[in-house]
Amino acid sequence: MAGIKSYGAYIPYYRMPRSVISAAWGRGGGRGELAIAGYDEDAVSMSVSAGIDCLKGTDPQAVDAVYLATTTPPYLERLGSNIVSNALDFRRDVRNADFGNSLRAGVSALMAAVDAVNAGSLGNILVTASDLRMGTPGGEHEQALGDGAAAFLVGNDAVAVEIEGSVTYSDDLADYWRMDGDEFIRSWEDRFGRDAGYSQIPAEVVKKLMEKLNLTPQDISKACIAGANARAQGGLARRMGFAPEQVQDPLLDNVGNTGVAQPLMMLISALEDAKPGERFLMVSWGTGCDAVVLKITDQIEKIKDRRAIKRHLAIKGTLDNYGKYMRWRDIVPTQVRARGGISMSAEWRERKLGLALYGVKCRNCGTVQLYMRGSSMRAHVCLECQAKDNFEPYRFSDKTGKVVTFSHDFLGGGINPPMTRAVVNFEGGGRGLFDLVDRDPEECKVGMDVEMTFRMTRTADNAKSYFWKIKPVRE
Amino acid sequence: MAGSIKDRVAVAGMGCTRFGERWDASVDDLIVEAAYEAFEDAGIGPEDIQAAWVGTATGGTGMTISEPLRLQYIPITRVENACATASDAFRNASYAVAAGVYDIVLAIGCDKYKDSGLSGLTDGSIPGPGHGLMAAAQGPPPASFAMLATTYFDHYGLSYEEGKHMIGRVSWKSHANGQRHKKAHFQREVTMDAILNAPMVAWPLGLYDCCGVSDGAAAAIITTPEIAKNLRKGKEPPMFAKALQIAMAPNDGNLNTKFDYMHVEATVRAGEAAYKEAGITNPREQISMAEVHDCFSITEAVTMEDLRFSERGKVQRDIEDGFFDLDGGLPVQPDGGLKCFGHPIGASGIRMLYEMYKQLQGKADDMLNPGQPSRQIKNPKLGLTHNLGGGPAGCAIFVGIVGLEGV
Repeated sequence: MAGIKSYGAYIPYYRMPRSVISAAWGRGGGRGELAIAGYDEDAVSMSVSAGIDCLKGTDPQAVDAVYLATTTPPYLERLGSNIVSNALDFRRDVRNADFGNSLRAGVSALMAAVDAVNAGSLGNILVTASDLRMGTPGGEHEQALGDGAAAFLVGNDAVAVEIEGSVTYSDDLADYWRMDGDEFIRSWEDRFGRDAGYSQIPAEVVKKLMEKLNLTPQDISKACIAGANARAQGGLARRMGFAPEQVQDPLLDNVGNTGVAQPLMMLISALEDAKPGERFLMVSWGTGCDAVVLKITDQIEKIKDRRAIKRHLAIKGTLDNYGKYMRWRDIVPTQVRARGGISMSAEWRERKLGLALYGVKCRNCGTVQLYMRGSSMRAHVCLECQAKDNFEPYRFSDKTGKVVTFSHDFLGGGINPPMTRAVVNFEGGGRGLFDLVDRDPEECKVGMDVEMTFRMTRTADNAKSYFWKIKPVRE
Repeated sequence: MAGSIKDRVAVAGMGCTRFGERWDASVDDLIVEAAYEAFEDAGIGPEDIQAAWVGTATGGTGMTISEPLRLQYIPITRVENACATASDAFRNASYAVAAGVYDIVLAIGCDKYKDSGLSGLTDGSIPGPGHGLMAAAQGPPPASFAMLATTYFDHYGLSYEEGKHMIGRVSWKSHANGQRHKKAHFQREVTMDAILNAPMVAWPLGLYDCCGVSDGAAAAIITTPEIAKNLRKGKEPPMFAKALQIAMAPNDGNLNTKFDYMHVEATVRAGEAAYKEAGITNPREQISMAEVHDCFSITEAVTMEDLRFSERGKVQRDIEDGFFDLDGGLPVQPDGGLKCFGHPIGASGIRMLYEMYKQLQGKADDMLNPGQPSRQIKNPKLGLTHNLGGGPAGCAIFVGIVGLEGV
């Protein structure tokens, strides 16, 4: 039986207090904070970050597919899951697919993965769900939406979370939508979505699922019910027959509504405290509803050392400036002029070395080295012994390192100055020059510990490119 | 080594435009201005030039100069080696004369940035593919040089204040020199206070730790010692090449964990090769003056150690003591350097040689700003010029030594 073998999540480092948004618009109040993706993050890069968390201890070569769910794909025509797959060093013969166009896409992707594994078509599938939705500046949704990502590894051995059953209603009920080209979400009158939709339909779906599986609400330890609003979510949970302590926190206060990722992130949050034998319910909402009952096995105890939700919540810095936020999200025009372009042919040629960040280890002298040039990452001559083309591949994206030197560039700092550049010596050998992100300039020191993070590096010619940066190691 | 350039070629004439934001001049205007100053200085005309080498970092073929100078179907080579471009044009031109293939050649460097609409260096002006894929492997120059300071301060235990003062003093000296020169981009003295409190560009480098981006051109007429002496009969003596060396780093600084990021190895290598070529054993004593590549103040500081002007780790004392001031033991940047004279990438190397040439001829005060004290160095014998093209981790380094005949 297919099920979840591993989980991981990602919450961006920056949190913007809701009071900062209120103050920007001349209003008071605002409780809690929103997780805000960095200026160099998007649904693809956050999927990679969640994937890294999920795949700790897993051989990337064992993954057979990536299913990426998002309603905010950076490309309409270019597969985000392929970029994730390259960054995470998966095989070329993976069967990748992107899911989107509904806030249920995360659960849809998960269920599709379970079906593919059950059908015997694929062995291990990485499912990621990631969103970076925006409300109109100053409008009612702006303070509701946060950014984040979830990842699951689905397979049929060593399953930690079994899928006991699910029910889906596919309703074309458009309480929220975006047309092609819309930057911000649109909505119908909120009472329609709430009274005719959200507060009714998920309860019907859950009732049907409970009957199907012959379960009662008391059989459920945690109900992970997606919701844009804590009060409405609490009311729905009551209608379903759950006591408050059975209802998983929707992360609205400290992360915000993460769209496709929300129900999955809530499930991960529940899994962090799960015990074998427990049953969880996951409910998604958006142009219909999915309800899934999951059962925890004793394998859950083998999933360790994940940052998942708890640790990611604690790894944070404050974004206390609404102007910066507008700049990061490209809401206001900026004067930064892009220098240099993107080469699709170079990206293709260098996909293995560049996106999976491979250097080499010399077979002659053993020196580990990361060759990084503007147009190529293919080393030919050993920097130590000058032996030619006598290397074995050596992956750097999973290595940590120490800062040799750094500088904060205030003038050439792009859209989020200062830009911190740093030279890093990797544990195990090799050196490279990278952008250092998610750091407080004051904390930067020679010798500080850093790890790799996958980010957007450049947008030019209406295309985006991705590469690795470094960030401080924070546990 | 098969041979040495020492005393095999000489400079019979030189020219250099005013550097700066030359909104008034096209690159053609600058080329003509520099070349004709050199022609007139040497007492020749463009028809006497048998071959030419043009250095520019912003593109173009040899037609960059054949068109404005109307040079008639002679061989012209365009040279590009980042900030060492002009010096490398000079070096290649010198070798052609030393080889006996030509008698009189022109080496000229030029660049114009101020028509691009961008501040700083424009893309494509520095070699290196501009693909976005490995954008992280590249970056603006200030931060890459600032990283030298971070490591230097950390390793030698300089507090931020001590380190900042040391590099600030470098720029203070260059402003003191630049204000005396009519052709310099920045002709203004600045106080240590202004330097230390200027806006940060790339921590710990502030505004005054960074050189300007300028338009300009500089030219040299290179010929045999005999022809040079003939051409300059009754005038100031020609300038002789003593050493012309280039060392190209394989970007070890960003790849190889052995590199300390506190010095520039290619400068050490090019410097030692030049000292050997010129027969110099104690550069601190034997070199009379130098123009080095002070794209950033910290670059000049570590260059003083890399060239053995200061002992390793001891440059702070020499800088603070004024050893490199115009009236110090070894004047560095007598014309203000890149910091104040300015830095049109493809012209800077020949501009440095121009300053050595004028100082060696005792004509430094020809370009003195009115009311300023003399900028002439007393009895200079040997001058050193140095360019760093690229970043501290990987670069093209030029070290040249020039002097009077028989030194």
